[in-house]
Amino acid sequence: MAELTLGVFPSLVGSMSLDFSFKLAEAAIAKGHKVNMWLSGNAVMMAKKGQKAFKDYSHLEKRMKELMSKGMEITVCEACAEARGYHKEDVPEGMKRASMDWYLAKTVKTDRLLHIGGE
Amino acid sequence: MAAVKLLFVVQRPPYKSENPRLALTHALASQTAEIYMDDGDSVVPTVAFVGDGVLNAVKSQQAMKAYGVTSTESHIKGCLMTDVPVWVCKEDMERLGLKEDQIVTDAEDMGGADISTKFVSFADIQKEMDVVKHLLFF
Repeated sequence: MAELTLGVFPSLVGSMSLDFSFKLAEAAIAKGHKVNMWLSGNAVMMAKKGQKAFKDYSHLEKRMKELMSKGMEITVCEACAEARGYHKEDVPEGMKRASMDWYLAKTVKTDRLLHIGGE
Repeated sequence: MAAVKLLFVVQRPPYKSENPRLALTHALASQTAEIYMDDGDSVVPTVAFVGDGVLNAVKSQQAMKAYGVTSTESHIKGCLMTDVPVWVCKEDMERLGLKEDQIVTDAEDMGGADISTKFVSFADIQKEMDVVKHLLFF
């Protein structure tokens, strides 16, 4: 079993990269790997609970909760979230908030880091 | 106990994308990452500007005046002041008509730094890509 850390920066709406990140995490967990995910930049859209699941838009809250229940650690950039008006009380259950040093620290122990860039 | 080398490669120009700012703020966060790490572990970042990303390193930016936000120039100075190496690709500077005296090389106006910006070839940046543990491409 290896540890994979995903640094994820694209937004939920307007790009499929965030969807891809979750699919990749799902596949890695299914193979028995440990996955950490850092959400920063526009990817902090995931830090708002209760988003309505319209069929015309990507919706990842359910999948995110399933992955967290399987041990995936998801942490969102506190400053990026606050800058967009997503506050502590908005965060879905199980998701953590931290400053960017959390992500930097993960680079030490993780076997692979995949950085999925933003817009 | 480990010192992990990271290379932040910035290829986007300033202000039209959040990427350069995120690269710089993440690199600066290496200074406080130890609160999440085991004793003796550390991260050692280098920031390299390539392609249109070299525009982030242009001197005398007026971002606060124009956009009401801090400049990438000020973040680059922050990196230099905290001993985070800053590299700028020479070939891309030439392509954009930029001379060394147009680039941020020190942080004198913010209290000074022990290191200065390095002008390097893309081949040097590629060599660094080969030796770091993780590459973060912004």
